[in-house]
Amino acid sequence: MRLSYPANVKVVKVPCTGRVDVLMILRAFEVGVDGVYLAGCLEGECHFLRGNLRARRRVEYVKGLLEEVGLGAGRLEMFNMSSAQGQRFAEVAREMTERVRALGPNPLKGRGLRGGVG
Amino acid sequence: MIVGNRKSFEEIVGMLEGYRRVLVLGCRECVTVCAVGGEREVGVLASELRLYYGREGREVEVGEAVLERQCDYEYIDSIRSLVGDYEVVLSMACGAGVQYVAERYRERVVLPAVDTTFLGVTVEQGVWSERCQGCGECVLHLTAGICPVARCAKSLLNGPCGGSSGGRCEVDREVDCAWQLIVDRLKALGQLDRYREIIPVKDWSRARDGGPRRRVREDMRL
Repeated sequence: MRLSYPANVKVVKVPCTGRVDVLMILRAFEVGVDGVYLAGCLEGECHFLRGNLRARRRVEYVKGLLEEVGLGAGRLEMFNMSSAQGQRFAEVAREMTERVRALGPNPLKGRGLRGGVG
Repeated sequence: MIVGNRKSFEEIVGMLEGYRRVLVLGCRECVTVCAVGGEREVGVLASELRLYYGREGREVEVGEAVLERQCDYEYIDSIRSLVGDYEVVLSMACGAGVQYVAERYRERVVLPAVDTTFLGVTVEQGVWSERCQGCGECVLHLTAGICPVARCAKSLLNGPCGGSSGGRCEVDREVDCAWQLIVDRLKALGQLDRYREIIPVKDWSRARDGGPRRRVREDMRL
């Protein structure tokens, strides 16, 4: 299809959105990422049955956390699309880029991870 | 297991006001199983705190550690040097753990991140329910294995009361009437005649009413 999408979107491949953990998303924000979105398979078409449904619930949970800490839930979203919907992938990338751009940069950008694990 | 709820982020941040070095301390026992204060929850809370302080441009160091148990001093003492690096320990254990950490580190401020609620069981993934109140005098042999102390809103030893309808408790329609459960179970066991027996007044001095409790096994003492 040779579709283009914003170059600022960094794709992190996972076997299924069900693999995406709450901490993975939080860590991304900690290191200064401006926004995160999950591109899962269409609902009802998960190869692992419920991976994308679990991901959606985790996204909702983390949205609540982002609100609590003041970063705002808008920086995180869950989208569903099939692997055949390249057009939709590019469209979502543009939509999310515009949304996050309007929210401004992550205030933690450049601070690096703080604290340590004992 | 001991079950609890995490305090609200707002309350936790309020408690931490003014501190610059915070150690979030989890426990691998009950609070791990009920997903309120284990390694994952420590990671999430510490991450939330870093995001919060980072967004505000405040320099607060948030560290993470998880102990095997916070109710045994051997484990608590194993992080003495780490605790020394922080002003405050935010414990995600049950109330017993929080207090024991505070007892072992008298020079450190130790704060609770969890509201400890009950002794219970896992009903399904993500759902826990109260089963025991630690009353000190078990009556389960008299009540078909269903505890009226913990599961009846009035802790009636001879129930049900008039608030039981359709097998539910008047306090909350989602809650089963413990005495309905007891009667149903006695019936299923063919022991309904036991329901005629009046359970005598309980010795509540063996429960919390008798003051803080202590257990000693002389044969085990060193």
